[in-house]
Amino acid sequence: MDLVQMQKSLQDYTKSLFLEGVLDSQFLQLQQLQDESNPDFVSQVVTLFFQDSDRILNDLSLSLDQQVVDFKKVDPHVHQLKGSSSSIGAQRVKNACVVFRNFCEQQNVEACHRCLQQVKQEYYLVKNRLETLFKLEQQIVASGGMIPAMELGF
Amino acid sequence: MNPSDARGVLRSAGGSSSGKNQGGESVVEMSPSGLRVLVVDDDPTCLMLFERMLRTCLYQVTKCNRAELALSLLRKNKHGFDIVISDVHMPDMDGFKLLEHVGLEMDLPVIMMSADDSKSVVLKGVTHGAVDYLIKPVRMEALKNIWQHVVRKRRTEWNVPTHSGSVEETGERQQQQQREGVSEDGGDDNSSSVNEGNNNWRSSGSSRKRKEEEGEEQGDDDASNLKKPRVVWSVELHQQFVAAVNQLGVEKAVPKKILELMNVPGLTRENVASHLQKYRIYLRRLGGVSQHQGNLNNSFMTGQDASFGSLSPLNGFDLQALSQLPAQSLAQLQAAGLGRPTMVSKSGLPGSSIVDERSIFSFKTQPQMNLLHGVPTGMEPRQLPIGNRMTIQQQIAAVRAGHSLQNSGMRMPLAAQQQQPFPRPQSSIRQTLLPNRVVSERSGFSGRSSIPESSRVLPTSYTNLATQQHSLAFSNFQQELPVSSFPLASAPGLSVRKPLVSSSSYQEEVNSSEAGFTSLSYDMFSSKQNDWDLRSVLSPHQEAYPSSSMSRNNNTAVAATDHTRNHQQQTPQGMVSHHQVYGNGGSSSMKVKSETMAFHEQYSNQEDLMSALLKQEGIGPVDTEFDFDAYSLDDIPV
Repeated sequence: MDLVQMQKSLQDYTKSLFLEGVLDSQFLQLQQLQDESNPDFVSQVVTLFFQDSDRILNDLSLSLDQQVVDFKKVDPHVHQLKGSSSSIGAQRVKNACVVFRNFCEQQNVEACHRCLQQVKQEYYLVKNRLETLFKLEQQIVASGGMIPAMELGF
Repeated sequence: MNPSDARGVLRSAGGSSSGKNQGGESVVEMSPSGLRVLVVDDDPTCLMLFERMLRTCLYQVTKCNRAELALSLLRKNKHGFDIVISDVHMPDMDGFKLLEHVGLEMDLPVIMMSADDSKSVVLKGVTHGAVDYLIKPVRMEALKNIWQHVVRKRRTEWNVPTHSGSVEETGERQQQQQREGVSEDGGDDNSSSVNEGNNNWRSSGSSRKRKEEEGEEQGDDDASNLKKPRVVWSVELHQQFVAAVNQLGVEKAVPKKILELMNVPGLTRENVASHLQKYRIYLRRLGGVSQHQGNLNNSFMTGQDASFGSLSPLNGFDLQALSQLPAQSLAQLQAAGLGRPTMVSKSGLPGSSIVDERSIFSFKTQPQMNLLHGVPTGMEPRQLPIGNRMTIQQQIAAVRAGHSLQNSGMRMPLAAQQQQPFPRPQSSIRQTLLPNRVVSERSGFSGRSSIPESSRVLPTSYTNLATQQHSLAFSNFQQELPVSSFPLASAPGLSVRKPLVSSSSYQEEVNSSEAGFTSLSYDMFSSKQNDWDLRSVLSPHQEAYPSSSMSRNNNTAVAATDHTRNHQQQTPQGMVSHHQVYGNGGSSSMKVKSETMAFHEQYSNQEDLMSALLKQEGIGPVDTEFDFDAYSLDDIPV
């Protein structure tokens, strides 16, 4: 497809992510921080987020699989994931973390397991979407085009 | 890169970028570029994000993912940062602990942040002294305005008496309130609220205010230039303040009346009000230990001059004299004195009571009395002649006369002092040095941590006193200090929560603290040399209260009054003019001594007193003291 089409696709795609609630306005903040002198800022931060989250989710799985779950360890992990996901605008992940934390407080192991699954699900979703987004951007740039600025009505 | 450019330009190409800017534009120009920020967060994603955001605001950013590392960075470079932003939940250290440390040691404004928005945590931030609490996700608008905290801190602590002080203060307050209101909102509200706040700030007020604003905007590209002349709460001034408060009654004291009583030209009601607020907080923190608030105040005033070393048993006593000392230190002393009834040595004590009385009077009349109001002057004391001690003792006696002291308590300290080697005092002083924060008290024991805190700690001066120099003075004192004359009990708020650790353990503490102290004393001295000029005496007072300004050398703005200090402080790297200097002891102390010759006298006495007190307090094992958690702030009614 040609450049203009690609750019349009990217815009539509991004918009859909916002509309679905996968991303929130915080992601826009990230985009605003990207400029000529920091052209890859968003992907750098997001990549960092992925790496860190993978680690956290791993730790969480291990912790919850213990015979006796130590919620004092679980909670900080969830808290951090909540913080980092909200910082990059991964809204649904953040929301899932909020629920997760509530059950942690209640020390409900069963519910926590479910929450972890939910968080993972949302996380893989946003990861997938963002990776697609970055690919689209790369294609545009590779074709000599510029990434269109997001025009958001909200 | 211009922040607005960053906003507007974004992803170039055709689209209009206006939508992105969420109304924070007008604020951008206000941000002083070059503000040196240290951001601490164990979350790498957030850390990277913050760094980028802060750079966009044209701040100089240093990021750190571990609290311990951040602390050591701050310690190594005391004046290298203007503000610290820290996450609350971190694996190696609780964010609040870091907050306290920074407040105590460096007296820098600290902003807490967290994804946790529960009111209890936010409140904790407030009670621990954070200047702001940001909720993640943090938006650019919120960060753009953090420089206000630096300015505010400097301005509210310092006030130019002749300047349109009241207006400034008022404006400052309004601003502050607006800011606080704004910052407490969720992140999303920040931009709009902030703008409102900004607009209000800008448009409100007199032309004077406008001038100030303009001055700030124009003149201060460099954050360090944002300093304004301030009122230095010198030892003397603080003494007057405490006297006034005592006269009115701690609970009933109102700024207006205090101001009248103090009758200091150029001092505004706002100055007094903010000072009173800090004083109250300090007292409250100490309140748990001491029950003699009223007494404490009295002793506070008079006790300071009294040599600390020997008068240790006179805790309550000292407290008064030590009014200048940071509340905490005094409290500690008091606690120390109160806590150790057994140790008192009788020999020295009896004499002191009499001395106290005399000293009290003499104290008041002598402007030089370094009321250890946070003045580390203690360091210098080495050179102080013994004669001075008498003065202090007299004062102490005077104080004591005024207040009933817990003799038993007193005795102990005295005895302890006498027996203990010189280094002890330092350690004890350390305790006293603790800043108002609970942390400070704690640190006193741990030695290292507490001492550096300088600015907040009232007793900075104490620490200095405690330093070795007073060994000589100390011994003399011992005899002079009557056990009976401890107004300790009376000193309100001075109750030291934790018993002072015995000297032996403090050897090292002393060393470390020394460093810190020297710097303090250095400041004190320099300021004193300026003849107690309100303006010039920047340093001493700061120590007493969280007036970081002093220690912040980087505030060239303070140049007007601080110049002497600054020179001294700034030039020698090792000198560490700030009491905060931790570990620079060697060089700084040396220098300080020479500088503070004049003050030595007073300090030596004070130090002796301090050390005596500290010893008695039983500067307990560092470990125990160090455990901050034991000292919960919650106990302190705020």
